[in-house]
Amino acid sequence: MMSFDPYGNPTYFLLLFIALLPLMIGLLYGRRSHIYESVISFVFLMLTFGGVKWRTGIALIIYLVYQICLVWLYSRYRQRPDSPNKGWIFVVSVILAIIPLAIVKITPAVHHGASSIIGFLGISYLTFKVVQTIMETRDGTIKEFHPILFGQFLLFFPTISSGPIDRYRRFIKDYESVPTRSKYLELVEKGVRYVFLGFFYKFILAYIFGTVMLPAVEHAALQAHGISWALLGVMYTYSMDLFFDFAGYSLFAVGVSYLMGIETPMNFNQPFKSKNIKDFWNRWHMTLSFWFRDFIYMRLVFFMMKHKIFKSRVTTANVAYVINMLIMGFWHGETWYYIVYGLFHGFAMVINDAWLRFKKKHQAQIPHNKFTEYFAIFLTFNVVCFSFLIFSGFLNTLFFSARP
Amino acid sequence: MDETQSTVLSILQDLTGEDVSGNMDTNLFDEGILDSMGSVQLLLELQNQLGIEVPVSEFERSEWDTPAKIVAKVESMQ
Repeated sequence: MMSFDPYGNPTYFLLLFIALLPLMIGLLYGRRSHIYESVISFVFLMLTFGGVKWRTGIALIIYLVYQICLVWLYSRYRQRPDSPNKGWIFVVSVILAIIPLAIVKITPAVHHGASSIIGFLGISYLTFKVVQTIMETRDGTIKEFHPILFGQFLLFFPTISSGPIDRYRRFIKDYESVPTRSKYLELVEKGVRYVFLGFFYKFILAYIFGTVMLPAVEHAALQAHGISWALLGVMYTYSMDLFFDFAGYSLFAVGVSYLMGIETPMNFNQPFKSKNIKDFWNRWHMTLSFWFRDFIYMRLVFFMMKHKIFKSRVTTANVAYVINMLIMGFWHGETWYYIVYGLFHGFAMVINDAWLRFKKKHQAQIPHNKFTEYFAIFLTFNVVCFSFLIFSGFLNTLFFSARP
Repeated sequence: MDETQSTVLSILQDLTGEDVSGNMDTNLFDEGILDSMGSVQLLLELQNQLGIEVPVSEFERSEWDTPAKIVAKVESMQ
């Protein structure tokens, strides 16, 4: 049987186009067939998780049944008219939701890089969707739980492998309605544009930076031993590759969602134009950073302020920044460079906030003009690229691995 | 100006150090007046001063990004 990486090659796109055509004609005439959508979802999931990768398909099915049961049970508990809404039941539910991902992330760290048998492509992204649903159920924002709809939300195939991370209520609203014809035509126009921009990003720019240039500069940097100009080259080349590869993928995922009448949120908004680190996280991998903002940072701050853990609000914000970003580091994987990457951004946020406070206080003395604006963008860009160099793991190869 | 509006505006002034009553349609997030920290403080103050319980899940940024929207939101919840 055929087996593909999502959006990996021209055949995948061709099959996708053929499969989407009847669905698009349906939407154009105001009809949405959940049966047809489920059939093509199933086919594309089979192409991603079947064939030689059938083991990951089994892992996905078991994971899905487990998480649907978990959320269903928690939801039944919360929907009881006299639900006591105990904190510990909520905490236990969240831990149970995270355990499969934790096992998958920790296994390579303790088993010399071997991957866990319960892992599959996209497990981290599905875990975000499960945890957020549990949290919104606790808050009472999600009032009803439909196992089938929840399954559709988790398995929505255009975004299953690497996001963008949608929200349950937002997704269901689109999924259960049909856009008007003019609205849908607008979505198609955007969707097609995104897919083609994605081709340009992923198959041209990411190819040039990642496949052509990166190995050459990495080789030069390894030859140079230690800090070198070539290392600086690795930093910028890797950063460009990371952006165009991931932004390209995200454009495919969003574009294809639009063609299906689902407005999956965008993931990137010109991140290299950011004027500070805070601004950067509002533009880079937005669905992930907003997830962390809404489900970790704000909740953490809310908890700490309500229980008056720290006297000062500045301390509260700073502690929450570092914990938030550290968790993000751990989420990427259990290696020193992901964790340092998380801490780096945590402290960058702390410094950023301190500067913004200082600037507010001394507004009169601090100059503000075109030059300072460009300088801010330049500085932010370099801080970000340096953090990506940490993230890349190349420093690990350079300093700690045995030389070839 | 009704009571809810003046309470909301005084909470915002306490939190941000800025009087926003003249700019009811300013985007507080774009202008850097409010951030996630400020949002949480706002929710806590709404709870303390007006007795409105807003869970963090309800806080959809685009629905709370101007003083006018915040006032409308609070009024709808009273």
